Amino acid sequence: MSLTPDRLTELKRQAIHLRRLVVESVHHAGAGHLGGPMSAADMLVALYFEVMNIDPQDPRKADRDRFILSKGHSSIGLYAALALRGYFPIEELKTFDAIDSRLQGHPDMAVLPGLDMSSGSLGQGLSPGLGMALASRLKKEPFHTWAMLGDGDSQEGQIWEAALVAGRYQLDNLTAILDLNGLQQYGWATSAGYGEASRQPPQDNPVDRWQSFGWNTIEVDGHDIPQFVDACQQAKAHRGQPSILIAHTIKGKGISYMENDYNWHSQPVTAENLKQAQDELAAQEATL
Amino acid sequence: MTAHTLPLTISDRSAAQRDAFGNTLVELIDRDERVYVLDGDLANSTKADKVSRERPEHFLQMGIAEQNMMGVAAGMASCGLVPWLSSFACFLVNRDLDQLRVVVAQPNLPVKIAGAYSGLLTGKTGKTHQEVADIAVLRAMPNMTVISPADAVEVRAAMLAANDSDGPVYIRMTRDAEPIVFTDDYTFKIGQVITVREGSDITIFSTGAQTVRCLEAADLLAADGVSAHVVHVPTIKPLDAEAIAAAAAKTGRVVTAEDHTIIGGLGGAVAEVLGELQPTRMRRVGIRDTFGESAANEDLLQKYGLTPGHVAQAARELL
Repeated sequence: MSLTPDRLTELKRQAIHLRRLVVESVHHAGAGHLGGPMSAADMLVALYFEVMNIDPQDPRKADRDRFILSKGHSSIGLYAALALRGYFPIEELKTFDAIDSRLQGHPDMAVLPGLDMSSGSLGQGLSPGLGMALASRLKKEPFHTWAMLGDGDSQEGQIWEAALVAGRYQLDNLTAILDLNGLQQYGWATSAGYGEASRQPPQDNPVDRWQSFGWNTIEVDGHDIPQFVDACQQAKAHRGQPSILIAHTIKGKGISYMENDYNWHSQPVTAENLKQAQDELAAQEATL
Repeated sequence: MTAHTLPLTISDRSAAQRDAFGNTLVELIDRDERVYVLDGDLANSTKADKVSRERPEHFLQMGIAEQNMMGVAAGMASCGLVPWLSSFACFLVNRDLDQLRVVVAQPNLPVKIAGAYSGLLTGKTGKTHQEVADIAVLRAMPNMTVISPADAVEVRAAMLAANDSDGPVYIRMTRDAEPIVFTDDYTFKIGQVITVREGSDITIFSTGAQTVRCLEAADLLAADGVSAHVVHVPTIKPLDAEAIAAAAAKTGRVVTAEDHTIIGGLGGAVAEVLGELQPTRMRRVGIRDTFGESAANEDLLQKYGLTPGHVAQAARELL
């Protein structure tokens, strides 16, 4: 089912708000990751506002769709999505990374309802997704499991262990989303070495790789919300194989000075940075 | 708490802990439909293969990929299932330790980790397959329960208790048949220490199959007129510190015994407790900061100092 124009405008507005909350929260906390949450922002909005079967008033209901953020350092993006969706007050984002907060630097399911799995040590998110998909099948509780991976995250060997086993179990109730933003924290040198900002991408030929592990692959623009929603529905409908959405994204998307700059993987946001980001996002919202 | 008293003797029956593991998995599945077995391709060694034949719908092969297996278990546990992991202790404690830390122990999920072939007696496989630091590693991890049963009967009893516990549990088990000391009506209580022989001259704390050897050591000492007070400590974490201190105070001399490194295992745990609550002269019998090798069981026990004679000798040094 395609999105109505009004609905699409609303989702785009939520994605802009999500980006603003990320920058404001990291500014307030004095530390945090930015590039990854920005590349994932449109997909997080699509998942939490359009795709997933969830109920913010009943965050632990048994048949809810599960979501795992394997690239756990993008936690503030997920927290902003949860807050906008009504899991907890937006005001609580000000506690990000502070003592006694439920909004830990990396997602902690032990303290925050709405998180289906803890993460943060890279490469670990797909395996619990596999376990959830198996549990859905074994318990005959129909729900879909979504695991968002990073392209750096996928350098960990465990991702490929999970890819191998999920293919063997033909888990078509499991969908991975690869946030292919093309950068990681520091990265691999180009032929020019490390002297300039350019880097080799973290993953080569991801489509071929995932297909060879027995996965259904769907390439998608991770910033095109209608295209992404449609790809999610295709993945849910696919039978006999797990699916992965290979989502082409831009690290730092939406804030001009962050885009495609690995230095904005993680760093403090100054008052000046914040003002510019808020101005740019306000201008984007005015065009909706 | 004081130690539970349950005088034990070495029976003429023997059984392998791993056989009890396989049998009890089937029993658990019949009692509790939440139970599933995840195997790291060692089921015909760990004896979880019994489940694959008799309750195949509760057996999930995860292949030779322990990191993924631990993560899958976390996902299943988060959905209300109780996964039991089948592999060797050396792999479960080392290859997937970060997964255990981040997606099992930190969220406190009820994943049950059955470390088969712990200690030195692993069927001539050598140092790569001998896990002699699992107690030390896992008792340092918050939220973990660490259990080391003495015999096949206690393995079953401990598994029933572990299945009912809400958090992650590690049970270390041995490979080969050993004498049975517990009776079949025994009920395991997590955290309980058990006085298996009353005595007045020296206190011996032991864990795992080494408790059987300590009963033999007590006989050797008795022949010399020395009365050994033997306390079996099947739960190393949570450790009953008061019972440990009280048993030490009873004789004023302590020996610890384990098929494990003396660093950070039962000996380390007892030393920590006594250092704070009841400073006592002690000797630790165990593997002395070295890796093992492949050899026959009796040769390994002799070379690495784990025989009843070694325990008795450590006791004599304190008298």
